[in-house]
Amino acid sequence: MSYRRTKRDRVLVVDDDASLAEMLTIVLEGEGLTTGVCRSGDRVMAAFAQFKPDVVLLDLMLPGLDGMSVCRQIREKSAVPIIMLTAKADTPDVVAGLEAGADDYITKPFKNTELVARVRARLRRSDQLVEPLVFGEIVLDPTGHTVTRKGEPLELTPLEFDLLACLLSDPAQVFTREILLQKVWGYHHPGDTKLVNVHMTRLRSKIEDDAEDPQIIRTVRGVGYQAISPT
Amino acid sequence: MRSISGIWRRSIQARVVTSTIVLSTLVIGLTGWALLRDVASGLADSRRVAAISEARSGFDYAQTQLDAAVETEPATQSQTLTQMVDSLTSSRGAKRTYELVLEGPLSSTDGQVPVRSSAAITPDSLPDDLAKAVKAKPGTYWRYSDLSLLGGSGRDASVVVGSQLRAPGTGDTYALFYLFSMADQQATLDLVRRALLLGGFAMVLMVGGVAWLVSRQVLDPIRMARRIAERYAGGNLEQRMHVSGEDDIARLSTSFNQMAASLQTQIRRLENLSRLQQRFVSDVSHELRTPLTTVQMASAVLYDARDKFDPQTSRSTELLKGELDRFEELLSDLLDLSRFDAGAAKLELDAIDLTQIARDAADDALLSRKGIKVTVIGVETPAVVEADIRRIDRIVRNLLTNAAKYSGSDRVEIEVAQSPECVSLAVRDFGVGLSGDENLRVFDRFWRADPARTQGGTGLGLAIAREDAALHGGTLTAWGRPGEGAEFILTIPKPEGSSKVPAIVSVYA
Repeated sequence: MSYRRTKRDRVLVVDDDASLAEMLTIVLEGEGLTTGVCRSGDRVMAAFAQFKPDVVLLDLMLPGLDGMSVCRQIREKSAVPIIMLTAKADTPDVVAGLEAGADDYITKPFKNTELVARVRARLRRSDQLVEPLVFGEIVLDPTGHTVTRKGEPLELTPLEFDLLACLLSDPAQVFTREILLQKVWGYHHPGDTKLVNVHMTRLRSKIEDDAEDPQIIRTVRGVGYQAISPT
Repeated sequence: MRSISGIWRRSIQARVVTSTIVLSTLVIGLTGWALLRDVASGLADSRRVAAISEARSGFDYAQTQLDAAVETEPATQSQTLTQMVDSLTSSRGAKRTYELVLEGPLSSTDGQVPVRSSAAITPDSLPDDLAKAVKAKPGTYWRYSDLSLLGGSGRDASVVVGSQLRAPGTGDTYALFYLFSMADQQATLDLVRRALLLGGFAMVLMVGGVAWLVSRQVLDPIRMARRIAERYAGGNLEQRMHVSGEDDIARLSTSFNQMAASLQTQIRRLENLSRLQQRFVSDVSHELRTPLTTVQMASAVLYDARDKFDPQTSRSTELLKGELDRFEELLSDLLDLSRFDAGAAKLELDAIDLTQIARDAADDALLSRKGIKVTVIGVETPAVVEADIRRIDRIVRNLLTNAAKYSGSDRVEIEVAQSPECVSLAVRDFGVGLSGDENLRVFDRFWRADPARTQGGTGLGLAIAREDAALHGGTLTAWGRPGEGAEFILTIPKPEGSSKVPAIVSVYA
């Protein structure tokens, strides 16, 4: 998949609350985005295939099929960025949603500016990588956003690609979770370490042979993460 | 001593056994004493009867002898008397159980009464009153006395029988005394006494043992009930007593179990109720969030377009937005408090430097916007504690906001100090201060210093701040004096430390 800057970006709003869904479309359309609305969990995949969104805004509490299952269904077919809407920031639901494949989450109630910033952050691809990066067995190609390991292509979401690119681009640096949040998620989100932790776990499960014994990215206890230079 | 009195106070069994032993000792002692007295008097009586009859036959014999010697010379009379005493003491049986004393003639001219006796008997073996009675009138008299021989060591109980003899020729009178030893009776009595003592002692021991056994039989189930009640009180609501049989203990167990079951039901019901209540508050807060989001988004759209409205609509939009923000704040605060009340608030601990927090908070835009001068004291050396940075930051910002909003002071002091136990952070203003019990009431939910003035805010900030501090095992206290200012002191314990003695003592303390 490639990034379409020329066209208007498309956001699929999945929310059962009619007013909130409509309000979301008003705000996003006002920002120059094209929106589509799906009101039920079991109709998401049809809407997804038809609408072909660049970002999905997904409410966790849905009739029909719950947000978590929807998230997993979308992930099976696509690497499209998913932002969850949740009323409970402190529940295991958030972690479960992130583990199901969501890239980011927003807690209700939120400000319009925050919503727009998050959506924009998911649409904007990090441009810190201009040339293909070769890191041991791993090759990152920024033009097609593809990653290969030992020549085999790896299925990474755009966010995972950015996370990996950020870490591999400077193996000398230990990236704190705060810095990763800023560089990869594109906003300041103080203290929200679960976002980084969950995605790092998923990234490792895709790139490492053994996620328990990482050979590419190591955890620096109490600080953050660092790429292990290939020898 | 204390341990003995402690056992006495705490152990029913000790009390039961001890009092049983004391009482049974008393009863057995009294019975034994009465028994012993009866036995002793019985023995003495039979001995006395035998003694008196034996003595009488002796007196008759002696009188006969005296009557027979009526014609003899006075010189030979003395010899006759000695022979009489000898024959009286030797004539009967193999073993003699008495001694003899013959005094007389009593009416001797030189005042000296000659005494003949079968053995060397000490003079006090003969009771004086008996001697007098015998000497005064003819007849047979008896007394109990102690018999002791000269050169002997012991004194034996004895019965003394005396009688007057009269020599028909001379008219001389003599006093003849039989001293019967009661050593045999004494020995029997001693035997009985020893047997009674031993038996009594054994009986007391046995009664004590029985009391111990019986009290244990009653107390064991009670002790078990106590242990089970303690475990029940400790929170193990499933504890029940074992019921066997139909006796009182079984009924007690049944009653206890019924009580436990009904308490358990009540507690479960209340727990359920409180869980439902908390769940309801949480659900309400969450359910409110979706419509609130929509309304806020709409108001933001309106607010952004307010330049295009007429002045009244424009102002209304501003008010709408402002109050919606306040509403959101209130909802968020209420949700926080419901988490504290439900015990669901969790800490995300990190090593944080309170001096850093103080410096960051001092740079807060709100304070400079209001033209308030902030002085930071004691931030040269780091003061590190294990704490949740978001909560600590929230507390400090809340204190600063309060100082800026409500005190009317134009300067604020932030001071950080530490002791080996804890770190304290004080926020002090120089405004209206606190009066009376306000230093306690500021932490009440929805409390406001001046009910007439509501300058925004939820009225929950300090209540949440205090809960946040308590969650860290710390304290948040308020101090102040009317017209001088107020000081809030946050104290967070270091790891392994405590917040009991804050590192800062308020100037208003």
